[in-house]
Order: sequence, then structure tokens, then C-alpha cells
Amino acid sequence: MDITLIWYLVPSLVMFCCGVYGFLTRRNMIAMLVSLELMLNAVDINFVVFNRYLFPTSMEGWMFTLFGIAIAAAETALAIAIIINLFRVSKNIDVRDATKMKN
Amino acid sequence: MDYSQFLALKQEIGLLIVFLLVFLYDTFCSPKAAKSVPVIACVLMAAVTAFGFWQSCQPATSAFAGMYFSSPVIVAIKNILNVGALIVLIQSLKWANSEFTSIRRGEFYELILLTLFGMYLMISSRHFLMFIIGLETASLPLCALVAFDKHRYESHEAAIKYVLTAVFSSAVLLMGLSFVYGIAGTLYYQGIASAIHGNMGVMLAVALAFVISGFGFKISLVPFHLWTADVYQGAPTSVTSYLSVISKGSAAFAFLVVLTTVFGSVYEAAWEWMLYGLIILTITIGNLFAMRQKNMKRFLAFSSISQAGYIMLAIVGNNGMGVSALMFYTLVYIFSNLAAFGVIGAIENATGKIEMTDYNGLYKTNPRLSVTMMLAMFSLAGIPPFAGFFSKFFVFTSTLNGTDSTALYVLVLIALINTIISLYYYLLVVKAMFINDSENPIATFRSACSERLGMWICVAGIIGLGIVSYFYDYLLTVVA
Repeated sequence: MDITLIWYLVPSLVMFCCGVYGFLTRRNMIAMLVSLELMLNAVDINFVVFNRYLFPTSMEGWMFTLFGIAIAAAETALAIAIIINLFRVSKNIDVRDATKMKN
Repeated sequence: MDYSQFLALKQEIGLLIVFLLVFLYDTFCSPKAAKSVPVIACVLMAAVTAFGFWQSCQPATSAFAGMYFSSPVIVAIKNILNVGALIVLIQSLKWANSEFTSIRRGEFYELILLTLFGMYLMISSRHFLMFIIGLETASLPLCALVAFDKHRYESHEAAIKYVLTAVFSSAVLLMGLSFVYGIAGTLYYQGIASAIHGNMGVMLAVALAFVISGFGFKISLVPFHLWTADVYQGAPTSVTSYLSVISKGSAAFAFLVVLTTVFGSVYEAAWEWMLYGLIILTITIGNLFAMRQKNMKRFLAFSSISQAGYIMLAIVGNNGMGVSALMFYTLVYIFSNLAAFGVIGAIENATGKIEMTDYNGLYKTNPRLSVTMMLAMFSLAGIPPFAGFFSKFFVFTSTLNGTDSTALYVLVLIALINTIISLYYYLLVVKAMFINDSENPIATFRSACSERLGMWICVAGIIGLGIVSYFYDYLLTVVA
């Protein structure tokens, strides 16, 4: 059986949609961050697979993936730092309680 | 490798040198000398701005195999952003030296310079890898800036909302780009444009929808605007003003470049109608929510959402005049919005009051601040002869330039009606200051020298840009 492009694209799309769903429904900020990672990793899979199957002579997709991983790491580090700060102030990282500004 | 191509990045390198100087001085100077960090940052930023104006006659250049591109238009938009950033830095001097902030005031200036550097890259890039790096360099330090007031809970709440939406929007944008890569096999703007060549497919439609939503989050278009009000309210006022004009202006320009150069061939087939719907929603909903806001920063957040819709009007026409209209709108918006934020920041620094009802009777105690605020509101609402009228006028003209599509005329009509609605809520502020009486109005106070300087520049901009036609003529000739 041949493993074609679609075998990779469907899981990556499912991953992305799971990430969006998790981001919208999860109430714990760390869990939301995990969902975001899922979305970013789905993007990386897409780039690698497109490069491997459609344009194997160039390396642009792979390079983009490397940068994408680094960017995702930076974003996560920053988000976790902010979550820790919030936890110090309010002892809670539930997004339902982070609504003090609504008026 | 030809190292002389680094010379094409003159402005970026200049900004980077300023960043390094401020960083080194802040790190190694004695605690006593640290007081002068903000002033040094402002002076160096002024030097960068002057250098940018000096660069404005340079011919178009590209570097790094076409990944970086610079032309008089791009230098002009960078100059506009420089001016805005300079005003923000000047206005934040007092806040930076206040009790809670002074211990890490250097960080504020360093992070602002870094985000500006990212915006430069984002505007100049002609390759999506460079674009994404620029975008993240611009948005990650901003998240840290929003969380700057460590002693205030609201600042943290705003920061977590901002960082989560920023990452989410980046992920959505990247997903779109991965599909674009799948279609074109390259990430160069020109390469993608020639690969698309007007062929509208399902995959391209999905990719375009992802890309536009990703940008929509950055520019806070409805329905991607939900983070805006909370972040603007919770962030320190200096950061809010930076977020609302510089960050938005640069993202709007990058959006214009991406849509016209990369997806220009599928304008009528796809993105004209996507933007069309977004603009109507953005202007209308931004206006309707702005009416019921009581907090001044929240109020300006919704006002900036609807202003973003007007900026998009310059893009939806897809013509050369739109570019100059967008740049002029950004310039005018910088002056008007920074004047409003200057007044809000001055009052907040002096008294800590931020509600609209606190402004009742302000004219009797602080007439100059009230008049500045009034000019800003008139300019934002678009009353002639102030600059805001002309920026709106040029944006509407550019939308209809050389088109006979009825739909676009309807769009401009809706935008015009919304201008009248916006007049109502902008005048509410003026009414509060001039007509409403208050039992205990804000006491008379003298705002700091830096704040007054910032406000004077803004007022000069509001009146000068409305009366002197040179600036718009210049932008028109640059684009043409």
C-alpha cells in the first residue's frame, strides 16, 4: 500500500481542529497552551509533507519548519511566564475567573 | 556571499544599534545614571527618525536573494511608524520614572525598540519566512509589555489574553501559509503570485481564509476582535497607545502588501468579498459597542476597532491610491489617537482616574487638556478642517477610484453612515468635558513637561495635516 500525501494531511488537519476545539473549550490555561502547541505542530507537519511529496528538490518547507519550531518554543516560554505571573497574583489559572475587567 | 547587501538594511541596523546602546547603558550604568535611560532612548529614537527621513530618496533595493525589499514607499511607512513610536516614547517618560515602573524602566524602552524592529522586518519582507519572524519579533515583546505593570492584576489578565490570542492567530496564519506553500512550492511573494496566476481553487480559498483571519486577529477586525477591549484596558496606558497605533498600522500595511502582491490576481474572485464582509462588521460593531463604554481606554479600544475597518477600506479598492490613503490614514490616526491617549495618560498619572464620568467638568479645571482631547475626538470623528476628515475622505476616494461596482459604493455609504454614528460617541466625551457639571471635578494640575511636548506634537499634527496638503501629495508621488 502506498502512503500518499493525503495520509499525512488528514491527521495534521485533525490535529489542527483538535487544537482549535481544545483552545475554545478548555478552561485551564496550561491546557489551552497545549492546544495551541497542537495547532502549531500540525502546521509543521504540513510544511514537511508538502516539501517531501510535492517539491522534493527544494528545502524551503523544511527550513520553515525549523523556524516554526523555534518560534513555537519562544511563544510557549513567554505564555508560561505570564501564566506563572498571573498565578502569583490570583492563585488560579482558570480562564473563567480571569474576567475582572468586564463592565 | 556578498556582505555589502547588509547595507540595504540601513534603517534596521540603525534601530538595532540604538537598541544595543540603550540596552548596554541600562545594564552597566550606575543606579543614579539610570534615571537618564528614557531621555537617552528618546534622543536616539529621534536620531533614527531623522536618519529615516534622510533615507527617503534612496532607490528601491533588495537583498538576501529578494527576501528583503526596500523602496521609497516602505521607507515612508517606516518613517511614519518612527514618528509614532517617538511620540509614544516621549509621552511615557513620566510613567517610566514613576514609583513602580522606575526599577525596570529600561526594559520598556528596549522592548518597544525591539517590536519596532520586528515591524520593520515584517513590512520589508518579500518572503513568508522573514515575514513570520518579523511578525513574532513584533508581537512577543508586546505580550511582555502588556504584562509590564506587575503590581496590577489587570495587567496580567490582559497579558494572558493577548499572548493566547497572539499565538492562536499566528497558528491560524501559519496554517494558511502551509496551504499556500502546498499550492506554490515557494514562499517568495513573487513566486507565489506567479504560481497562483488567477487560478482559484478550493485549497487557495481555504488558505486565503486562514491568512485573512490570522491578519484579522492582529488588526482586530470583527469577529476576531474579542481580545481588544480587555487588553487595551488592562495594559499600561503607554503600551495601549503603542498597541493601538503603531502595531495596528504596521500590520495593516503588511496586510496590504500580502494581499496585493501575493494574492493580487484573485482579487475579484476571492478576497474582495471576504474583506467586504469584514469591513461592514468591523465598522458597525465597533461603533455600536463603543457607545456603551464607560472606561476611556475601553472606549478607545472599540473606537480603534472601527478605525481598523476604515483602514481596510483603503485595501479593498486594490489600487495604487489605496496605498497612499492607507499611509496617510495611519499617520493621521497616530497623531489623533496619541493625543487622546496623551490626555488619558496625563490624567491617569496625576489622579489615577480613567472613567468617562471622571471627565465631567474637566474644561473648568484643565482647559488645555480638554481642548487637546476635543481636537483628538474631532479628528477621530472626521470633522473638517482637522486631519481626520481628510484621511477618511482619501480612504473613501481610494475605495471608489476607477471602479463602477455598485457594491463598493454601498460599502462606502455604510461607512459614511457609521461615521455619523461615531460622531455621537466621540462627542459624548466632549460633552462630558465641556457641558456636564461635576461636584468634584479633577483638580487643576500641571502635566509633566514630556507629556506636554508629546501633546503639542500631536496637536500640531492634527491641525497641520488637515491644513497643509504637502504630506499627502508627497505620499502620492512616492507611491506613483
